[in-house]
Amino acid sequence: MTTTQERTAIVPAFDDGPTDRTIAIICSKGNLDMAYPGLIIANSALGEGVETHLFFTFWGLDMIVKSRMRDLQFSPLGNTAMHPIGDAHLPQTLAPLPGMTAMATRMLKKQIAELDVPEVPEFLDQIVAAGGHLWACRMSADMMKVTAGDLRDDVEGIISAADFIELTGGAQLLFI
Amino acid sequence: MPVTTLDGHTVHIDDEGFLTDYDEWDEDLAKVLAANIGIDLGEEHWKVIRFLRSDYKERGETATTRRVQTVGGVPVKEQFTLFPNKPGKKMAYIAGLPKPRGCV
Repeated sequence: MTTTQERTAIVPAFDDGPTDRTIAIICSKGNLDMAYPGLIIANSALGEGVETHLFFTFWGLDMIVKSRMRDLQFSPLGNTAMHPIGDAHLPQTLAPLPGMTAMATRMLKKQIAELDVPEVPEFLDQIVAAGGHLWACRMSADMMKVTAGDLRDDVEGIISAADFIELTGGAQLLFI
Repeated sequence: MPVTTLDGHTVHIDDEGFLTDYDEWDEDLAKVLAANIGIDLGEEHWKVIRFLRSDYKERGETATTRRVQTVGGVPVKEQFTLFPNKPGKKMAYIAGLPKPRGCV
């Protein structure tokens, strides 16, 4: 016998209207595995109506450089948390072997695709379509000789650290 | 399991207000649910809602905004226009389905 309680209509609190919650995610890594945490969180934040900014710096620039964004790689080198079988660690001595990076990259891409998660460029397309803002770090761009023409068209600008601080006043910050 | 009555329909809901029984929903109820959250359903809204219902029936899981785009054919940008701010949850609520669980 299940007991049911009569309730007046409960409407989920969708909290319409501008919230003042903002989140800024600093993407500093260029390996394929570390491209995703920022993207997933950004996508979820946007899905909750949170204003979201992604700031690409250092190796993270690779995620938005047109000639590199489809070719992010993953290596087990330095990643001791790869467990190909059960809880056993992949020996680090295998990591630098020729072909290992390509194989690990392929495996990771396959696992990601199996979850219907898009590749980095398409994921960024979705994030921008959902209202996300993309920014590139001036210093990193200068260091790596990257110009606006090298970047995705939807990157809003190459900005300095000071600009970033102004832009993200009151925002929650996430460094990846 | 809480029960509530919405415009003559008696439905089971969870603690947030989402419907928990797939078969308790109908298109009239959708209009009531939409009105509860300030949305006026047009043809484009219905396209999404009908997709969500049939997709749920097939897969037992509420489609995410990405799936609504890639399989349902409604671009993410449009979903944000039709169901502002929290499209995933709003679409699911109006369609009488659980909140989407997927991350993308």
